[in-house]
Amino acid sequence: MPKVLMRGNHVVGEAAIRAGCRYYFGYPITPQNEIPEYMSEKLPEAEGGVFIQAESEIASVHMVIGASMAGGRVMTSSSGPGISLKQEGISFLCALELPAVIVNMSRGGPGLGNIAPSQSDYFQATRGGGHGDYRTIVFGPNSCQELADLTYEGFNLADKYRTPVLVLGDGMLGQMMEPVELPQEIPLKKLPAKDWALTGAKGRASRFIRSLILDPIKEEEHNWKLMRKYEKITREEVRWETYFADDAKMMVIAFGIAARIAKGAIKRLREEGVKVGLLRPITLWPFPFKAIKEISKKVKHFFVFEMNMGQMLEDVKLGLEGNGEVHFYGRPGGVILTPLEIARVISSQYYQKRLG
Amino acid sequence: MLIKTIFSGFGGQGVIMMGYLLATAGMIEGKNVTCLPSYGAEVRGGTANCTVVVSSEEIASPVASEPEYAVLMNNPSLIRFQNQVQSGGTVFLNSSLIEDRPIRGDLVIYEVPLNDLIKQLSENRGANVVMLGAFIKKSGLVTPETMIRVLKDTFSGKNPAVFKSNRSALMLGYEYLK
Amino acid sequence: MKKVFGRPKSLKATPFHYCPGCGHSIIHRLIGEVIDEMNLQEKIIGVPPAGCAVLAYNYFDIDMGEASHGRAAAVATGFKRVLPDRIVFTYQGDGDMAAIGTAESIHAAARGENITTIFVNNGVYGMTGGQMAPTTILGQNTTTSPRGRKEKTEGFPINLSEMLAIARGSSYIERTAVNTPANILKTKKAIAKAFRLQMQGYGFTLVEILSACPTNWKMDPVKSSKWIDEVMTSHFPLGVLKDNSGDKKDAH
Ligand SMILES: Cc1ncc(C[n+]2csc(CCOP(=O)(O)OP(=O)(O)O)c2C)c(N)n1
Ligand code: SF4
Ligand SMILES: [Mg+2]
Repeated sequence: MPKVLMRGNHVVGEAAIRAGCRYYFGYPITPQNEIPEYMSEKLPEAEGGVFIQAESEIASVHMVIGASMAGGRVMTSSSGPGISLKQEGISFLCALELPAVIVNMSRGGPGLGNIAPSQSDYFQATRGGGHGDYRTIVFGPNSCQELADLTYEGFNLADKYRTPVLVLGDGMLGQMMEPVELPQEIPLKKLPAKDWALTGAKGRASRFIRSLILDPIKEEEHNWKLMRKYEKITREEVRWETYFADDAKMMVIAFGIAARIAKGAIKRLREEGVKVGLLRPITLWPFPFKAIKEISKKVKHFFVFEMNMGQMLEDVKLGLEGNGEVHFYGRPGGVILTPLEIARVISSQYYQKRLG
Repeated sequence: MLIKTIFSGFGGQGVIMMGYLLATAGMIEGKNVTCLPSYGAEVRGGTANCTVVVSSEEIASPVASEPEYAVLMNNPSLIRFQNQVQSGGTVFLNSSLIEDRPIRGDLVIYEVPLNDLIKQLSENRGANVVMLGAFIKKSGLVTPETMIRVLKDTFSGKNPAVFKSNRSALMLGYEYLK
Repeated sequence: MKKVFGRPKSLKATPFHYCPGCGHSIIHRLIGEVIDEMNLQEKIIGVPPAGCAVLAYNYFDIDMGEASHGRAAAVATGFKRVLPDRIVFTYQGDGDMAAIGTAESIHAAARGENITTIFVNNGVYGMTGGQMAPTTILGQNTTTSPRGRKEKTEGFPINLSEMLAIARGSSYIERTAVNTPANILKTKKAIAKAFRLQMQGYGFTLVEILSACPTNWKMDPVKSSKWIDEVMTSHFPLGVLKDNSGDKKDAH
């Protein structure tokens, strides 16, 4: 398939439609407005497509719940402040074991913050900003191509595990255009059957979907069931990539757009003979703990770079289990570094540690 | 090769379209490209800009802190970007609207009087594509043949005449700068 | 010589960032004039919204405390209950007020919360780039109703002021516009009245103001003013929707 030049937000919409998503419920917020705008244009043209601009993010995520219970492939999207409001629904999606894709084109925060790209919603995404004992699969794409692939894949994983999948992008990824090879469109007939969906009890016993489980023993059972599912996801769905890891004396760990900038920095530094490599988590939950532990057998120095005050940093430290030395460099607030600027910071650490 | 260009002007002068066309042409020629438009409240102020990176290598950042080229369609754009262009870089000015000139002596400057030039076109429109013609002539980032193909793909869907007038605009700019 | 047209003292010298022809600029000025004339600068507190007026605190030289999108009436309730002798007002767009903030708005009115809401109805989400608002009228094109709003898919627009007039706790609700000199004058009177009734403890007051958004309506300012008269007012009729004050003299 030839590549097309598309804006990240449009890529999300198109990949979703190609994955068989026919229901989108959202609410405007910058920098992701092009997702609802794209869906309002395209979904009414697609077979059975429905677009609703809800009165709020709270309403939109609950429309997602209803559509998911009815068996539809369904998506919502927002940015920081709106994702905060969706947390109630995300907790319910997990408890009710409902598939859905939720996209966060995150921006500077907390509060209204700004609309610049930021990675300050890492905790919210990976720790679950809602109540209760739950996990959500979280993807951290770093290009428009990955936005397409992971949004598409998100629908499959959501259905496979009956759990919501979060795509954590940022304002820059949503706004920038890049060449993309779009995934193949799935015919609606080929979508996985949902033998749990609520469609009217025609020719079968009635059923219900609920999260209220008053008996603690039963609630505990439900929690263990969820936990077994999360353990399976942790075993089978972790994704990451490395770059120049083989002979690295220092590993940079970064995700999303920050990883992309770090990669540019590492390329420069390698040309100067500085032996640094990159580990980029692609799933932020499940986090590639094992990959980090493995690398820590060879490498003792780690450099975590994030566009926040240090959130993934905690996962890196968990993964290292006390091995290795971690240096953190963060730029919160929506500030975007150039590869050259981050290269300078990495190399000063590298030489301070007398690695070269 | 990794070349960054900033297009800037009033909203409505078609700068995002210029960026889109250049990035698409680069993509068709097999290069890596990114195109990052300004967004949100930044746009409300009346100026819009768009950064395009064309590269033979993977592109780390779509942002340009020191672009090689700046294509400036109005005076506020000149004020905003003249000091960002890297030393030895090139500035294309819409001299019909921009009265000032960069105060730096280390830039190559091309002046393109767009308002006069578009009078030669049947529709008196398409100043952005005229400028794009001048830009690709001097930057050599993509060939005019590729750009004509992109214009065709982009504009002939609705009305073939729109493609033709854009092609004329492109060539007008291309031939204007010697 | 008496200065007749100057900047109200309760507005800072900062130039507005609003687009040319935007109603927010006029409304800011009117509120500033009323604050001056009623001598409220030192006892009024404003709650700006998420919306184009999010930066209102840069323009008003009074105390202002931000609210998240739609929650202004709740934040203002907090202010008023702590400082009952201060004048508290919210400044909200139609999306803020009649979509995400509907619950807060209705309940503040139902409680008879003694605050004033300035409700700026421009029929679109200005700040985020012209998406459909709860007040977008049928047939109107926006970036999320690209085929024009249809009742079947997008539903009907909401006349929130009429709904709030039913609430027993609301005391004075008037819909005005800022598209002509006469309407601007009426708007100013309405704002002054709402503040006065709040000072007298009447409970919830609201002035809804039809306001142009030339940028997202894709019309010039002149055409925008006409559109308010010719189209918008037929969906959102101007006039007093409720007045419990019994004072007939400025009913207009
Ligand atoms: C929770 C949340 N959702 C969405 C937004 C984005 N947002 C900011 S203002 C706004 C609506 C603006 O429209 P309106 O209230 O009509 O005000 P206007 O700009 O038209 O004056 C939206 C959706 C936000 N800030 N917070
Ligand atoms: S976008 Fe509309 S509401 Fe916002 S400042 Fe411009 S004209 Fe006013
Ligand atoms: Mg509005």
